Amino acid sequence: MSRIQARLESLQQQGRKALIPFITAGDPQLDATVPLLHVLAEAGADIIELGIPFSDPMADGPVIQLADERALANGATTCHVLSMVQEFRHQDQQTPIVLMGYLNPIEAYGYDKFARDAAEAGVDGLILVDLPPEAAGPCLERFDAAGLDTIFLIAPTTSDKRIPRIAAAGRGYLYYVSLKGVTGAGNLDVDGVRRKLETIRKITDLPVAVGFGIKDAETARLIGEHADGVVVGSALVKLIAEFQDDRDAMLARVGEMTRSLRQGLDR
Amino acid sequence: MSQNPRDFLHTPDDLGNFGPYGGRFVSETLMAALDELETIYDQLSRDPEFQAAFDKDLAHYVGRPSPLYHAERWSQKLGGAQIFLKREDLNHTGAHKVNNTIGQALLAKYTGKQRVIAETGAGQHGVASATVAARLGLECEVFMGAEDVKRQSLNVYRMKLLGAKVTPVTSGTRTLKDAMNEALRDWVANVDETFYIIGTVAGPHPYPKLVRDFQCVIGREARQQCLDQNGRLPDALVACVGGGSNAIGLFHPFLADESVTMYGVEAGGLGLASGQHAAPLCAGRPGVLHGNRTYLMEDDSGQIIHTHSVSAGLDYPGVGPEHAWLKDCGRVNYVAVDDDEALAAFRNLTRVEGIMPALESSHALAYAAKLAPTMDRDQVIVINLSGRGDKDIHTVAEIDGITI
Repeated sequence: MSRIQARLESLQQQGRKALIPFITAGDPQLDATVPLLHVLAEAGADIIELGIPFSDPMADGPVIQLADERALANGATTCHVLSMVQEFRHQDQQTPIVLMGYLNPIEAYGYDKFARDAAEAGVDGLILVDLPPEAAGPCLERFDAAGLDTIFLIAPTTSDKRIPRIAAAGRGYLYYVSLKGVTGAGNLDVDGVRRKLETIRKITDLPVAVGFGIKDAETARLIGEHADGVVVGSALVKLIAEFQDDRDAMLARVGEMTRSLRQGLDR
Repeated sequence: MSQNPRDFLHTPDDLGNFGPYGGRFVSETLMAALDELETIYDQLSRDPEFQAAFDKDLAHYVGRPSPLYHAERWSQKLGGAQIFLKREDLNHTGAHKVNNTIGQALLAKYTGKQRVIAETGAGQHGVASATVAARLGLECEVFMGAEDVKRQSLNVYRMKLLGAKVTPVTSGTRTLKDAMNEALRDWVANVDETFYIIGTVAGPHPYPKLVRDFQCVIGREARQQCLDQNGRLPDALVACVGGGSNAIGLFHPFLADESVTMYGVEAGGLGLASGQHAAPLCAGRPGVLHGNRTYLMEDDSGQIIHTHSVSAGLDYPGVGPEHAWLKDCGRVNYVAVDDDEALAAFRNLTRVEGIMPALESSHALAYAAKLAPTMDRDQVIVINLSGRGDKDIHTVAEIDGITI
């Protein structure tokens, strides 16, 4: 059983929901990421999604676009991201880490080498936003062989007919995109999410995490009533940007927000 | 891969692959819209009524066929092959772009969507999109890099006059690639009521195929016109390549004609050695961007790098996947000419033939000017004069130190 599956199963047995924060690696400084990962884990994160910065983040809103720009300006590369995970693993062997990003930096790194190096660094899963299951075959084999869970997205526009194909390719959990739009958009439709999750659950037993548009304890609680986990990205990244010049304040505020999200979910 | 090795005549396959290139690499939210577009296009492209409507618009709205003009004086000066210009600059709106927007507007009309969006670099595709939107009464928003908004102010105002909203894009490098990112983001958010008119033979399947099909009218006409005027096929074809829609439109109907040599001319910017260019086929490597696998300008970590060209329409780090495949197959030769060579060709054609070409097309002219003297006087080169140069007057004046 993978670290992701184990974590989600144990939460399910306790009747709790997974809190899955997202931050961009290398933002606001290269050496800020590992301390941020520890703060997130200590404040109640069950799984952490770590963004691999990309020059052309087509599915992201302005907040994460700017985070990617800051990280790239700091010189962040896929190699750096993997060493950050490795460093995090020196102290934390429990919290699953999922790398999230776009295909091209992975393709440039080389799929075989990436699968090997990521697994060795202690990465647990991968979300590649612009890699639909139809095109994923060759990557999926390599990631499976390395013990990495490949996590796929389902969108409000995904037809019922298509869900089984995505579920069959998916490992670890499915990521339901709560809205039509980019990350950080504001039009969360809780009832729409509930209905779509009902459909998804009829088709697959994989846990479903919901992301895009969840920004505070209240929205986390509302979505947590229906999902197995909630992903919070832009709200945290915005906070990181706001306190980018004050490391202590940044870590404190990120911890605070994470604890508040945890409380919202556990309520 | 379902294709035979090196088969470039029967592309793409059902998944949109041109050999190892093309495909559909987009976020899940867009998959349904692309499936829908593929189904509609499959059906309509076989429908004689749709084809008739398209041909009618091309004839009476665009003004086709565009002439194939023998540039006798320029040919004589160059002292080699006879040069013929396929006059896409004479189309309504002044470039080849309208062939495609007419076709996609008919598709949009069929889907019943009331809003169209487009990305634009030089502004020609934006203008062509705004034009068809005005004609069909559709809402239109055009995304344009802030840098390009500055250097193509004439086209920005044209789009506004046509009723389109022009949204400057300030992220990334503020050019065409960022405009395309922003258009994709808008499409994800408004996919139910919005039709995305992609302006070139790139993007996720089925765009590279359908844009090519709409642009192939260029090559079909040129082939027949050349036979009519010269009693034979041309020896060489030359077209500029940014995304590559005018080039594929000219080349594709000739691909099976083995005697015809083809040259796709990329933007060499300040020279390939300088790194300041927009020539992914000449100096890039394969990767994935904007929904397709193709040659890209990227660094060792797979980040897309800044491109440079004097011509906004060629200032793009990728290229249509069919060009990537034609390069690997060796069917088309891809070359680059730099800013200065293109500017010289711009001036030459204007002075010698009284035709002011777009700076994009000037890249094709500049290469042909080098090629012609190496060929015999009874040989024929067809150049795609993809657009007219009025929009570039400010750029050229600025280089001359003149404020208009």
